[in-house]
Amino acid sequence: MRPIVLTGGRLLDPSQDLDEVGDLLLQEGLVEACGGTISGPEEAERVDVSGLVVAPGFIDLHVHLREPGGEHKETIASGAQAAVAGGFTTVWAMPNTDPPVDDPAAVGFVMAAGLRAGGARVSPVGAASWRLEGEVMTEVGELLVEGAVAVTDDGHPVWSSMLMRRLLEYTQTFGIPVLQHAEDRELAAGGVMNEGRVATVLGLRGIPNAAEASMVARDCQLAELTGGHLHVQHVSARESVEQIRLAKARGAHVTAEVTPHHLTLTEEAVIGYRTEAKMNPPLRTEADRQAVCEALAEGVIDVIATDHAPHHYEEKEREFDDAPFGIVGLETALGVCRTHLVDGGVLTLSQLVDRLSCAPARIMELDGGTLRRGTPADVVVFDPDERWVVDPARFQSRSGNTPYAGEWLTGRVKRTFVGGRERYREVSSAETRSRETSTRGG
Amino acid sequence: MEKHTIMDETEMGRVLDRLAQEIHDASSKDDGLVIVGIQRRGAELAERIAHSVAELRGKPVPTGSLDISLYRDDFGQIGPRPVIGKTDVATDITDRRVVIVDDVLFTGRTIRAALHELSDFGRSRRIELCVLVDRGERQLPIQADYVGKRIEVPEGQHVSVCVPELDGELCVSLVTAESQNAQSFRPPERVNGKEE
Amino acid sequence: MTGTTGAAIGLGKDLVGLEDLTREQIHAILDTAEPFKEISERQIKKVPVLRGQTIVNLFFEPSTRTRISFEFAEKRLSADTVNISSTGSSVQKGETLVDTARNLEAMRIDMVVIRHGSSGAARFLADRIPSNVINAGDGQHEHPTQALLDMLTIRDRFGSLEGRKVCIVGDILHSRVARSNIWALLTCGADVAVCGPKSLIPHGIEDLGVSVLSRVEDAIEWSDVLYVLRLQLERMESGFVPSLREYNRVFGVKRSRLEHAADDMIVLHPGPMNRGVEIDSDVADGPRSVILPQVTNGVAVRMAVLYLLAGGRPEGAEAAKAGGA
Repeated sequence: MRPIVLTGGRLLDPSQDLDEVGDLLLQEGLVEACGGTISGPEEAERVDVSGLVVAPGFIDLHVHLREPGGEHKETIASGAQAAVAGGFTTVWAMPNTDPPVDDPAAVGFVMAAGLRAGGARVSPVGAASWRLEGEVMTEVGELLVEGAVAVTDDGHPVWSSMLMRRLLEYTQTFGIPVLQHAEDRELAAGGVMNEGRVATVLGLRGIPNAAEASMVARDCQLAELTGGHLHVQHVSARESVEQIRLAKARGAHVTAEVTPHHLTLTEEAVIGYRTEAKMNPPLRTEADRQAVCEALAEGVIDVIATDHAPHHYEEKEREFDDAPFGIVGLETALGVCRTHLVDGGVLTLSQLVDRLSCAPARIMELDGGTLRRGTPADVVVFDPDERWVVDPARFQSRSGNTPYAGEWLTGRVKRTFVGGRERYREVSSAETRSRETSTRGG
Repeated sequence: MEKHTIMDETEMGRVLDRLAQEIHDASSKDDGLVIVGIQRRGAELAERIAHSVAELRGKPVPTGSLDISLYRDDFGQIGPRPVIGKTDVATDITDRRVVIVDDVLFTGRTIRAALHELSDFGRSRRIELCVLVDRGERQLPIQADYVGKRIEVPEGQHVSVCVPELDGELCVSLVTAESQNAQSFRPPERVNGKEE
Repeated sequence: MTGTTGAAIGLGKDLVGLEDLTREQIHAILDTAEPFKEISERQIKKVPVLRGQTIVNLFFEPSTRTRISFEFAEKRLSADTVNISSTGSSVQKGETLVDTARNLEAMRIDMVVIRHGSSGAARFLADRIPSNVINAGDGQHEHPTQALLDMLTIRDRFGSLEGRKVCIVGDILHSRVARSNIWALLTCGADVAVCGPKSLIPHGIEDLGVSVLSRVEDAIEWSDVLYVLRLQLERMESGFVPSLREYNRVFGVKRSRLEHAADDMIVLHPGPMNRGVEIDSDVADGPRSVILPQVTNGVAVRMAVLYLLAGGRPEGAEAAKAGGA
């Protein structure tokens, strides 16, 4: 592996309070030097990244790679490629595959496939309960030995209060979090979008905020009771934000994530029965959107996670009731967040990098998320000002189900390095991008 | 829009009286006569003629009106007319002598439609046609039995028949045509004197 | 989508709902229905205007009355009709709605009347085939021809819709009939209220401009028009109301409750009725009921809608003008 020196880029690393132009030396899989002018070893490849941002590789704590069982939508390989195309160097893969990842052999399969894929690092998340049925805890320790990094029943909530309590207690032995998809299925009652004015007009069954917030409240109570690490996935409701804020204030070990789409879209996106706006939890009202934006800026919500959920176009080309929930997100995350959150004044560019990279590493105690000397060389190089149009046909992902299709975004990943190796380089035609020549602050 | 009167109120009155006389003379008083006017304006003319015939006969002459919008042969090309007039054929026309009244006879297609529609109301013994103006240029083998006046219409003009109930006056004029086609996709503006 | 353009009143290719129709458009449809009422009184109840047109009645939900009403309307306009019924979701059946749409297009169907269990299904189909699509009820979203015949019935009785106080009673939450009526009534200037158990009143209904009355007695006293919706057995089974008997006791429209009604108040029901649940027989069969006129108006309104959407290619209009018709 040849050493690489990235020269003249804007080194943006919130974990070191670093924001200055300088060089970065990647050697033998680690960051060897960071900042200033670096001459580096003779055999090093020198890459000029002036005008671009050099940041720690993004970490996505929530992706669905669909393999085994859903390979027409995505495979571990295509998902890992989609990840690096989006600047992500580590992704946490959810276990709701077919069969689900609830035993050590399945974990091993995902690990091996991830290593072969040559894209982002794939960390399997094991199932919390057998078959994701919410009854019996999986052999958590065995899953971790094979490489699992956390447990979840995502796709489904851990419904049983007693099982949730036991999980939060038992996982402390291993220092791992329980990732919870908070949804009271009875209150959600077959809903397909947010319960509110738009659902009333469209005649669609609604999922009220309370379906999420009531379970978040319960889980926060259990986290406080047990001392375990609760990680609340895809927060969508302002009431959930309140519960998390209160729990953190009381010292409970609670962390939370929010998706780019919940930060930027509302239930209005569904009008016209657009299945590309159908997801769970659903897009909610403007008040909810603003609440999660503020919470992310404050740190009450810790990280951005995409909940990348690929679906084959045929499945989304259906009556709204029958279409599956979810959208892809890996390849649009940076663009969407830079365009709508940074330009929208919710986050600075530095805070965005923090929420995408440093914070996930911090809350989950991972090795990445930093450009400090001696840490793994997981690096993303991006152009914060390049404008490009979202074209699902050009995605690395096998699926293109996104409501941002056809939209012009600002902020594009140019290169991604995992363990010091270049795993992605952006190659595109001039027609799909343009460059703003004025310098912009972040 | 240029307007040139062909028949003023007095002349129209005379013509309508003559037509009534011809209709009355053509057969006996017990011929079961029913006078049916074609919407629009044909119906108003029919009322006048029927009234005159009734005076000549000394007994009432039943009338009716027909809107032929739903029997047109060009529906597939021009689409629906949003306003369909009243069709009221209260009398059973089976075995009766029916005289259809229309204001202008042109291509003959309106009459064809009217014949089709009338046949859905019963099998009359005899159907005759009475028109105020015959402007020739037939596209179908249809002729009127009673004609008020034959006119040649120069290009770029059309015949406009006005009746008091709808237009505030009784006359026939030649009008320079602008966009004369009532069947285009615009909100229903009345066009005087259907061109068929 | 390409294909036949709509009527001179600008309906477009399809009638998917009443939400976006203007007052002028609604009244134009009602006005057009008048002459069609007359045709149903003739001995030969048929006019040739849609002769040669093929219309498919695509019913994914069982329905006798609506389908028969459409069938009569189609046949009285001399169209050729085909009925396709199918129950179960596309997924269960194995053929998606997209495939059904493609098949219809391949068969060159002129018009499709669709009833489906999913909200949005009519729009879904309309966006994918060039045929005219008429929504006969999609999920809980809209049932436009029902509301139009209701408007006609109210207009027949009162002369106009402006300022009329209309209260819809029952399961508003699951009712596409309620939604379509709300759109049409508000657009035509009526004063609209809903009444029913809170569990069956949808979120945000007041934001649409509709008031909520909690007691049926208040609704009866307030209304010029009482629109009674059917309460389905499933609502009890899903726990929205404790029992049908309870519903009848608390919300049922009974003759005794009508004592405080205005003299000219009328009662409508979209049918089929659950006698003894939402409405008692002596009301359904009583002097205030206009339920049967609704049915008669239904055929006329559907004939009007079919007539207004069908036919008319713009290039034909130009040709017709040039040839001097």
